Amino acid sequence: MLNNFVMPDLYPAAPELFLATMACVILLVDLFAGSRRRWLAGTLTQLALIGCAAITFLNYGEAASLTFSNMFIDDPVSDLLKLLVYVSVFGVLIYGRDYLAERDLDKGEYYLLVLFATLGMMVMISAYNLLTLYLGLEMLSLSLYALVAIDRDSPRATEAAMKYFVLGALASGLLLYGMSMIYGATGTLEVGLIAQALQDGIANRTILVFGLVFLVAGIAFKLGVVPFHMWIPDVYHGAPTAVTLFIATAPKLAAFAMALRLLVSGLFALADEWQTMLMLMAVLSIGVGNLAAIAQTNIKRMLAYSGISHMGFMLLALMSGVAGRDVDPMALVNAYSSAMYYSIAYVLMSLGAFGVVLLLSRAGYEAENLEDFKGLNKRSPWFAAMMMITMLSMAGIPFFVGFFAKFSVLLAAVAAEHLTVVVIAVIFSLIGAYYYLRVVKLMYFDPPADSAPIRASMDMRVLLSANGLAIALLGLFPNALMMLCTVAVLRSL
Amino acid sequence: MELKTVIFYVFALIMLVAAVRVITARNPVHAVLFLVLAFFNAGGLWLTLDAEFLAIALVMVYVGAVMVLFLFVVMMLDIDAKRLRQGFWSHMPLAATLGVLMAGEMALVLSSEYFGSASFSGQTMPADYSNTKELGRLLFTDYVYPFELASIILLVAIIAAVMLTLRHRRDVKHLDPAKQIAVKHTDRLRVIQMPAEKEEAE
Repeated sequence: MLNNFVMPDLYPAAPELFLATMACVILLVDLFAGSRRRWLAGTLTQLALIGCAAITFLNYGEAASLTFSNMFIDDPVSDLLKLLVYVSVFGVLIYGRDYLAERDLDKGEYYLLVLFATLGMMVMISAYNLLTLYLGLEMLSLSLYALVAIDRDSPRATEAAMKYFVLGALASGLLLYGMSMIYGATGTLEVGLIAQALQDGIANRTILVFGLVFLVAGIAFKLGVVPFHMWIPDVYHGAPTAVTLFIATAPKLAAFAMALRLLVSGLFALADEWQTMLMLMAVLSIGVGNLAAIAQTNIKRMLAYSGISHMGFMLLALMSGVAGRDVDPMALVNAYSSAMYYSIAYVLMSLGAFGVVLLLSRAGYEAENLEDFKGLNKRSPWFAAMMMITMLSMAGIPFFVGFFAKFSVLLAAVAAEHLTVVVIAVIFSLIGAYYYLRVVKLMYFDPPADSAPIRASMDMRVLLSANGLAIALLGLFPNALMMLCTVAVLRSL
Repeated sequence: MELKTVIFYVFALIMLVAAVRVITARNPVHAVLFLVLAFFNAGGLWLTLDAEFLAIALVMVYVGAVMVLFLFVVMMLDIDAKRLRQGFWSHMPLAATLGVLMAGEMALVLSSEYFGSASFSGQTMPADYSNTKELGRLLFTDYVYPFELASIILLVAIIAAVMLTLRHRRDVKHLDPAKQIAVKHTDRLRVIQMPAEKEEAE
């Protein structure tokens, strides 16, 4: 009975297996370590991430390899995205450590949930089957719901978690419904076979488009773009800042991977349909995100709306793959690699911005209002400069990484002849520059309202400086990362 | 009539009666028990269809776990059945319309070309064919990756649930037997030296 079964090749999935094992080990270690050796869980978690990075780096492949009955794919795009996920989770752990310790939230469960969320993201990034994609998404989402509620005695965090949970469950339901339609139309859950079935034209197009609408809605919720953005400001605001930092960074990479796998690898034959949907959402997100951010006085909410507009920009590149009737392979690669570049740049900037918010917070005090940034230059010129770099880069001012990300996205959109959309996007990002520059003005030209010294551990200072400098340096030398993205996309598609 | 057909009708009849009693029973505990009966009979129906795995799973999961939990909840809650039944007749038209609508939808689906009984060929398996074994084989070979992922998701759910609800309270009056046994006489009784009689200050 078992004679036709081939043992799956575990090598491509080695990082996932390693992380799952480490998570179980940390679970047990933390159980027996007791509260005095709490640092063990954190240190082991960081070591696990480093180990994963080493394995993924050694695995960094030339071509795609499938395993587990074609449910798992290991290609250059997934390797690159996973490496960046490790880096950003590592940053999240270091930035958030003091903040959580001061609020007595740095329990073993925090590290475990972060690890399981990371595992979920890795599964999503490497999914080649709708089933595994969904399971990865659920693993990520469940961990995030719990992380938002980790501060049990805060009514605001509980409310945010409740909202996130209800809306997230609804979005998962929409996604599943769409997946079931696709399955009904094509008879398969495997991404490659779906693309094949679409190419052969045997599938019922009405059912496919119907399913596509639900899939796009599910993806849009995870990316947090208009009109599925309602949860973002409330969750970013309500969650403890260290958790907000986590939600705002690595999951965006996973959602990008999900969009790439579903729409580009799976449903490319329906590109005409989904490009129009993405265009609408991109324009709305850039508009609503930038306009609503101006009205915010809370920096977490402001960054939430700015994140919505950034994800809109990312969609702009994702919808620029095909222009007109004939498919130009180079334009395709350009569009998807600039979307990838944009997500990476956004994660980097988001890490920097929330990192400074965490730096200014201390026991019993949340630096979450724009007022709290007043006169930061007087208190700490170095970190004010880091925040300025991040803000200018988010605004898309030249010679920071954000500028080149926006530039390559707009180039791709122009190449796809979406001129009107490009003009709208540029106008709204000019409007958006106002609220980024306001933060810079508060830091440099207003007298400080708070004179408490800024205390932070050495590794946080080093990492935050490296983060700011990376935003500046990648802006000066944008080609290295762009090349990595282009080569990865070229080899994977 | 074949014996199998007779058994089918017996199970089906008991199941329908039990299902009707679930919604008509006045005592909620009785309703839950009727639901258990309905599940048992549905399990029996599946057995006659050679779907033994589904039958076992239904009895084990629903009867063994879910319904027992239900029963506990129903017994613990103070349900005022009279108040619940208020407004039954005023909601009746809406409820009846929805019920008819859903029944119509189900009829449409079942009579469509995809799901009609004509589209399922009556494939018979050899007598030694075990679908439990087949399911197990698939779960642990072709679907081992999603199966393990699902188990990790359950682990996440356990960790999250414990994290969100476990509180170490200090005012609980529970006793630690180990500490009670390890107690020494000096912990219980403190001997204080003091003069037997207070001297008059003169």
